[in-house]
Amino acid sequence: MANTLFINGKECEYTDEPNLLEVIRNNGFNVPTFCYRPDLTQFGACRMCVVEIEGRGIQSSCTMPPEPGLRIFTNTERTRRIRKIVLELLLANHDRECTTCDKSGKCELQQYAEEYGIKNIRFAQKKDNEFLPIDRDNPSIVRDPNKCILCGACVRACSEFQGHSVLGFANRGSKTVVQPIAGKHLSEVDCVYCGQCQAVCPTGALTIKSDVEAVWSLVTDKEKKTAIQIAPSVRVALGEEFNLKPGDNVIGKLNAALRKIGFDLIFDTNFAADLTIMEEATEFIERLKSGQNLPLFTSCCPAWVRYLETQHPELLHHLSSCKSPEGMMSPLLKELVPKYFNGFTKENLYVISIMPCTAKKAEIKRPQLTRDGRQETDYVLTTQEIARMIKSAGLNLAELEPENSDSPFGQYTGAGTIFGASGGVAEAAVRTAYEFVTGDKLENLDFQPLRGVDKNSRTKDATIDIKGTQVKVRVVSTLKQAEKSLREILEGKADFQMLEVMACPGGCINGGGQPRSCDNAKIKEERAAGLYKEDTELPYRKSHDNPDIQKLYNEFLEKPGSHISHDLLHTHYKNLFENSYKDLKR
Amino acid sequence: MPALTRDHSDWVKVDSIIDSFEAKKSNLIAILQKVQEEFRYLPEDILTYIGTKIEGLSPATVYGVATFYAQFSLEPKGKYIIKCCDGTACHVRGSMPVYTSLKQRFGLEDGTFTSKDGLFTLETVSCLGACGLAPVVVINDKVYPQMTTDAMKIIIDTILDEEHSA
Repeated sequence: MANTLFINGKECEYTDEPNLLEVIRNNGFNVPTFCYRPDLTQFGACRMCVVEIEGRGIQSSCTMPPEPGLRIFTNTERTRRIRKIVLELLLANHDRECTTCDKSGKCELQQYAEEYGIKNIRFAQKKDNEFLPIDRDNPSIVRDPNKCILCGACVRACSEFQGHSVLGFANRGSKTVVQPIAGKHLSEVDCVYCGQCQAVCPTGALTIKSDVEAVWSLVTDKEKKTAIQIAPSVRVALGEEFNLKPGDNVIGKLNAALRKIGFDLIFDTNFAADLTIMEEATEFIERLKSGQNLPLFTSCCPAWVRYLETQHPELLHHLSSCKSPEGMMSPLLKELVPKYFNGFTKENLYVISIMPCTAKKAEIKRPQLTRDGRQETDYVLTTQEIARMIKSAGLNLAELEPENSDSPFGQYTGAGTIFGASGGVAEAAVRTAYEFVTGDKLENLDFQPLRGVDKNSRTKDATIDIKGTQVKVRVVSTLKQAEKSLREILEGKADFQMLEVMACPGGCINGGGQPRSCDNAKIKEERAAGLYKEDTELPYRKSHDNPDIQKLYNEFLEKPGSHISHDLLHTHYKNLFENSYKDLKR
Repeated sequence: MPALTRDHSDWVKVDSIIDSFEAKKSNLIAILQKVQEEFRYLPEDILTYIGTKIEGLSPATVYGVATFYAQFSLEPKGKYIIKCCDGTACHVRGSMPVYTSLKQRFGLEDGTFTSKDGLFTLETVSCLGACGLAPVVVINDKVYPQMTTDAMKIIIDTILDEEHSA
């Protein structure tokens, strides 16, 4: 039922909005905020979203629930004065070297300071000896406490998404900082590098560790050859950086842009997603037959893998031995590209992957993912980084004519594409497992109960009838939800045979490396819709129907689970709890 | 990598403290107080341990609580904790000279509060509610009224004599 209240004199309707800020936004108005993120709890820390309410004075709109008949004013003299003072105080304490900051141009502090015309800061600037050291020794995330405004968004993301709280507030008053325990570096604690903290950070305090320069020097080096692979969820999000809509599929335009930049070969991780399904569905069927190591855990998400290794090494035997699709693609390219393409050798070929994910940057450095003394994947660029690269090459993605990827390893099915949304891996696996087991054609390919990426779809259950055998599949996104399922397993209460886990809320479409989307919870739904749309439009929708996959097995890999498959496509895991900072009772 | 390897008995103590408060998140401050009583400060590895043992907490969160409250110390405290009252009444009656003389005697630089031999920790407190006895100094819960630098010297000498003969 709709109620009404008044915003700046205009009568506005509202329904179930949790707070005034949402009502204001849904009615075409806006107020600034640093700390309010729709997917996180309300915090009321930054005081930027203050409004003046008749008879109630000044209130922060993010923490006040709507009431019928309220008369709200968003831009009064008082509210503007409060916001300006907040900005001035924040800037006084802030490292204001904007031009060299990774968030420059995308920083909310910079944006509001500009909008509110903050030109004079009356308070003394931070002294050189007050600067804190920058934490940049992990592969994924850079933490610069000198740019932190203590809005607490990262602390809430770490706790509410991942249940992990690697980051916390420490000290009090003017000495307050956000940091891992005792100021340790992220690399010294059990951060999973999901990057959700930096995805919600309004400033440059948490940023993605950039590999753009290293990749540019590969591209411009004539002696070196590059092959690039593109993850499923990148195609439906990258367009946002070029004023296209979330969910618009830009894979063709991206292929074109990458060729223009100078990458030699362009492939698609979706192909490897199909390959993953061939291997993982086979593994799943074997486990179902033997009844061992069930439920099977999916292993595509590197943050989830690291979570299990550091928190629950006793459950590692559940994890599929399959590498992630990206992890499968790279060694395959290094083996086969020299056979298919002239001028390429194992030595001169560098594999770069474009991922929605910051944890991938850490994953490629796993000792298990090296071969002949080299990393199988040489660099990971996030969606944000490739957008920057395209822009700096002087290209406007939106205007490019779509091109195809290179062949083979470019063709993919709908099953591969939906990997990017939470539930997609499980759905793709079920499509193939059903046909592998029964030998029948699966008619209805849409497993609706496994779909959905919003806040209320972080745990999804489905039962699939494989010729009389009921197979239960559990899909979770966020590690907080994953932990609940792990508890069920440890308590012997779990009744599902497969557990798909994605660490980011909603899956890779909302990954830590994607374009900024933290102030609008709908964006991830639109991106997911873009993937499911492509799924229905592709000629093949089941991984085992992919002709290039069939060819690959016929000519090279023999069959799923073969010796050579195991060598290239499977991996093993390590107990990372042992000797960690949490391993105390020794 | 944990800095210390602890005796098994330490972990037994910590476990029993956590258990005595039913391992509840809402009892964290009481747990930290007990641990501090037991170990005279809050060692980092024990904070980490508490953060992993109690549902809903993490090492970083526990550390945040421990660093928020002035009552908790993350540095080892001395055997004798000297609280020098610097409330208004004590201040006007000369608490600062007493404090400064102790600071010099223990050789404490700014930002350090515990003597090198680990015997004394020197703190100021804001009011002990004994303003009639100003200036007041409390050493391990024993109250010393109307202190002067000379009286303080005798008290510390006595403590040191006991320590050496013990």
